[in-house]
Amino acid sequence: MRHFTAHPATPSPAQRRVNRAPLPSRREMLRRSAAVAALLAGAGALPEVAQAAYAQAAFEAKSLADVIKALGVSAPVAHPGLLLTAPDIAENGAVVPVGCSTTLGGVKRLLIAVDKNPSTLCAAFELSDAVEASLNTRIKMAQSSNVYAIAILVDGKVLFAQKEVKVTLGGCGG
Amino acid sequence: MSDPMRIRAQAAGDKATVRVLMSHEMETGQRKDAAGKVIPAWYIQEVTASHNGKVVLTAQWGTSISKNPFLQFNIKGAKAGDKVSIAWVDNHGDRRSDEATVA
Repeated sequence: MRHFTAHPATPSPAQRRVNRAPLPSRREMLRRSAAVAALLAGAGALPEVAQAAYAQAAFEAKSLADVIKALGVSAPVAHPGLLLTAPDIAENGAVVPVGCSTTLGGVKRLLIAVDKNPSTLCAAFELSDAVEASLNTRIKMAQSSNVYAIAILVDGKVLFAQKEVKVTLGGCGG
Repeated sequence: MSDPMRIRAQAAGDKATVRVLMSHEMETGQRKDAAGKVIPAWYIQEVTASHNGKVVLTAQWGTSISKNPFLQFNIKGAKAGDKVSIAWVDNHGDRRSDEATVA
């Protein structure tokens, strides 16, 4: 006697009971998958992919040392080949133009950090071979502070450059 | 929901310089409103830049990026007529994507 398997689209009565529960909203799904991803990433179980899970812990770190620790990279070494451009004095702490660039090869990530900001890590850029290791953006600075550019190379080396930027009007809204 | 991004991509030699101005409040979560209540954090968390459909740059941002974020970068080997697209996702899960042609 032929064994008939149910059409895949037809739920069994038991499955229909479960299905009656409403699907979680997209926002909830995103939140849950982000939480699971963060959990896995924290356990080191996720492979390093181009678009990694949001580095929540790194963005919550309150000092450069904690950012480095949260990212799990080696201690940065100052390198003259990594250039950080930022004004000596920022008139408006809410909008401080910064740039970081290097002609060194093998740069995988570029980070910008402000030591005395409530959220020290400003940005983490993941570069493909198709872009130059040269970025400009505008950041907020709560107060006069050191600004850091950090380059993480494919071989694991971590380089940094720093500049002190004086802020006349703090920009984090506090 | 938000205004379109302003993307300018200019070819120069063997690369194109891309300048993007995004429209976003980028609330840090540090500010208080008139009543003294904290205005919740609302900021772009992820940015993806693509060249002719291929992702060339991704970024993760925190609350320290300025309101109406600005980003400038250079794409190697881009020439006039190529398509550059920028997409962002914020901490509410909202997203926006805009495209421009390299001049």
